[in-house]
Amino acid sequence: MADAIMQSREAATERLKRAPLVTNNRSMSWITNHVASCTERAAPTWWWIAFTLSSSLALVSVFCIGYLISTGVGVWGLNHPVGWAWDITNFVFWIGIGHAGTLISAILFLTRQKWRTSINRAAEAMTLFAVVCAGIFPAVHVGRIWMVWFLAPVPNSNAIWQNFRSPLLWDVFAVSTYFTVSVLFWYTGLVPDLATLRDRATNKFRKFFYGIAALGWRGGNRQWKHYEMAYLILAGLSTPLVLSVHSVVSFDFATSVIPGWHTTIFPPYFVAGAIFGGFAMVLTIMLPARAIFGLHDLITDDHVDKMCKIILLTGSIVGYAYAMEFFIAWYGGNMYEQYAFMNRATGPYWWAYWTMIFCNVAAPQLFWFRFFRRHVLSVFIVCMFVNTGMWFERFVIIVTSLHRDFLPSSWNMFYPTWVDIWTFVGTFGIFLALFLLFIRWLPMICIFEVKAVLPEADPHHGHDGHDHEPAAAMKEGVH
Amino acid sequence: MANFFPKWANWLPLKLLVIAFVLGAVVTCGIWYYFTPKYTNVGYMPEQPAPFSHAIHVEQLGMDCRYCHSHVEVAAHSNVPDTQTCMACHSQIKATSPKLAAVRASWETGTPVEWVRIHKAPDYVYFNHAVHVNRGISCYSCHGQINEMPVVYQAEPLSMAWCLECHREPEKFLRPPSEIYNLNWRPASAQDQLAMGAQYKREWNVNPPVGCGGCHR
Repeated sequence: MADAIMQSREAATERLKRAPLVTNNRSMSWITNHVASCTERAAPTWWWIAFTLSSSLALVSVFCIGYLISTGVGVWGLNHPVGWAWDITNFVFWIGIGHAGTLISAILFLTRQKWRTSINRAAEAMTLFAVVCAGIFPAVHVGRIWMVWFLAPVPNSNAIWQNFRSPLLWDVFAVSTYFTVSVLFWYTGLVPDLATLRDRATNKFRKFFYGIAALGWRGGNRQWKHYEMAYLILAGLSTPLVLSVHSVVSFDFATSVIPGWHTTIFPPYFVAGAIFGGFAMVLTIMLPARAIFGLHDLITDDHVDKMCKIILLTGSIVGYAYAMEFFIAWYGGNMYEQYAFMNRATGPYWWAYWTMIFCNVAAPQLFWFRFFRRHVLSVFIVCMFVNTGMWFERFVIIVTSLHRDFLPSSWNMFYPTWVDIWTFVGTFGIFLALFLLFIRWLPMICIFEVKAVLPEADPHHGHDGHDHEPAAAMKEGVH
Repeated sequence: MANFFPKWANWLPLKLLVIAFVLGAVVTCGIWYYFTPKYTNVGYMPEQPAPFSHAIHVEQLGMDCRYCHSHVEVAAHSNVPDTQTCMACHSQIKATSPKLAAVRASWETGTPVEWVRIHKAPDYVYFNHAVHVNRGISCYSCHGQINEMPVVYQAEPLSMAWCLECHREPEKFLRPPSEIYNLNWRPASAQDQLAMGAQYKREWNVNPPVGCGGCHR
C-alpha cells in the first residue's frame, strides 16, 4: 500500500517535472561557441544567395517608393471611395508582426517564463525590422512626403499645431515610442553578448566594431547590477506597449463613423490578432534559422510547442472577435452595420473574407493536437496560413468597409497597381535583408541568458541530488 | 586581455555627445531664424520699371490710397493702377521726366507696365481685400508704413502664423472705419485699442475663420 502511494507520487513528480530548456546536456562553453560562431565563420554560400535576392527585392520597394514620391499617389490603385487600401493594410500587417517580439521579451520576462531566453533576441530583432517596414507606409502615403514633418509638434511659421484629438496623431506617437523603446530594450540586452563577441574577436575590424558596440562592458558585479535594473525597467516600459500600440492602431478605424470600423471590440481584437500574427512570423523565420544553424538544442521542440499554443489561443480570440462583430451587427439593429458585415461575407470581396476565416480561424485549430505542434512541417505550413490570413484580415477590414460608401453612386472596387504590389513584396526583401544581416553580425540567441537557465547555473545544483530526490524534482518543476 | 582602445577613448562618447548637442542647437536655431518668412521675405524690395514713390504721392501730395487702388473696397483683389490712371496726371505733370519712360511707353503701345509683385500670398490662399478693409483692418496692418516708402518693400512676413495672429485676436488690430486709410493713425494706448477693438468685434460681428477652410478653400 505504502509502496503504491510512493510509486504514484513518484510518477506524479515525474510528470510535473518540466522538460529541460536546453537539451542534450549542453555545457556553457558549447552554447557560447555555437551561437557566437554563427557570426564568426565566413558567410556560407546560401547566405550570399539569400542576401542578394532579398536586398534586390528591397531595392524594388525603394524604386517603387521613389516612383510614388516623384509622380504622386495616383500611381497606387486607391481612389474614391477606397481611400485607404494596401498602404494601410501593409502598415497594420507589419506593425502587428512586431508585437510577438515585445510580448516575448517584456511580458514573458516579467512573468519569469524562462523559455523566452532562447527566442527573445531574434524575436525582438524581428520586431524592429517589422516596425521599419511598417513605418514606410504611413510616411509615404501622405502624398507630399516633404510635409511629413507637420506630424511633429514643432513650432513653425505656419502656426500649424497637431490635432491631439486625432487617433492618426496618436498613431505617430505610439509607433515612434514603440520603435524607440524596442531599440533600447534590444540593445541593452545585447551588450553582454557583444562583449563576448568582442573578447572572442580575432581581427582588428571585429575588435573595433564589437569594442565600440559593447560600450565598455567588463562583466563586473556592479555592471551586472545596473544591467539587471535597466533591463527590468525597460521590460516594465515595454509591457504596456504590447497592448497600447495596436490599440491605438485600431483607433484609427474605431473612432471613425464607417460601418465595419466603428466598433468597441477593435482594440482587444487587434492586440490579439497582432500577437497571433507575430508568433506565426517568429516561427516562420526561426524554424529555417534553427535548421540551418543547428540550434535544435537551444530552440527545442518544446519552445515551438509553446508558441503553437499561443497561436491557438490568440487565433481563437480572433475567431471569437469575428463572430462577435456579426453578433453585434445583428444585435445592435443598425441596418448599415448589418449591411457592412453581410457584404463582407457575401459581397464582391467574399473571397478575401473566407480566405481570412480559413487561414486565421480554421487552420490554427490543428494545434489542438500535439502531433501538429511537434512536426516542423505542419507548424510551418499553419504559420504560413496565419501570415496570409492576417494580411487578408487587414485588407478585409479596410477595403470592404470603404468600397460601399454611404452614397451608393460612389460604390466602387479597389484594384492594386503594379506599384502597390511591388512596394509590398519589396518590404519582405527589406525585412529579410535586415534579418540576414542580423544573423551574420549579432548573436541571434541571448548567450548569457540561456546559460543562466542551465541546471548548472542554479546555485543549488549538485547539492540536493542525494536523499530527497522528489523534493528536488518538485522544486525544478516550480521553476 | 589588452586594451582595445587607448585611454582617451573613455571621454570620447561624452565629447561626441557635447559636440552633437551643440551642433544640434546651432542647426535648430539657424533654421528657426533663417528658414522663416520673417527672414526670407521681410525687406524684399525689387527694382520697379518706374521708381514710383508712395512717400511723394501720399505724404507730400495727400492722395488717398483708393485713388489708384480703386477696387480695394469692392473686390477680393486690390488692383495696381493701370497706365491710364497714371497718365491722368502725368500727361500734364512731369510729362517728359525720364523716370516715367516706362509709363509713357506703355501709354503708346498699350502694353501694361510690368510692375514687380511684392506682396504675394500662395495660390492656395484666398485673401479678400474688401472684407478686411470694410471691417476695420487698415492697409497699415499688412503693408506697414507704406505711405512713407520711397520704394515699396515687404514690411510684414505674411506667413500663416502671422495671419493667424490677427485672426485669433482681431481686437488687437481693429480700428475705426474712418481711419482705415489713414496710415499715420495710432490708438491712444494699448488698453484703448483693446477696449475699442473688443467693441468693434462685438458690434460688427467680426468672427475671423481659424479653420483650414477659411483661407484654403
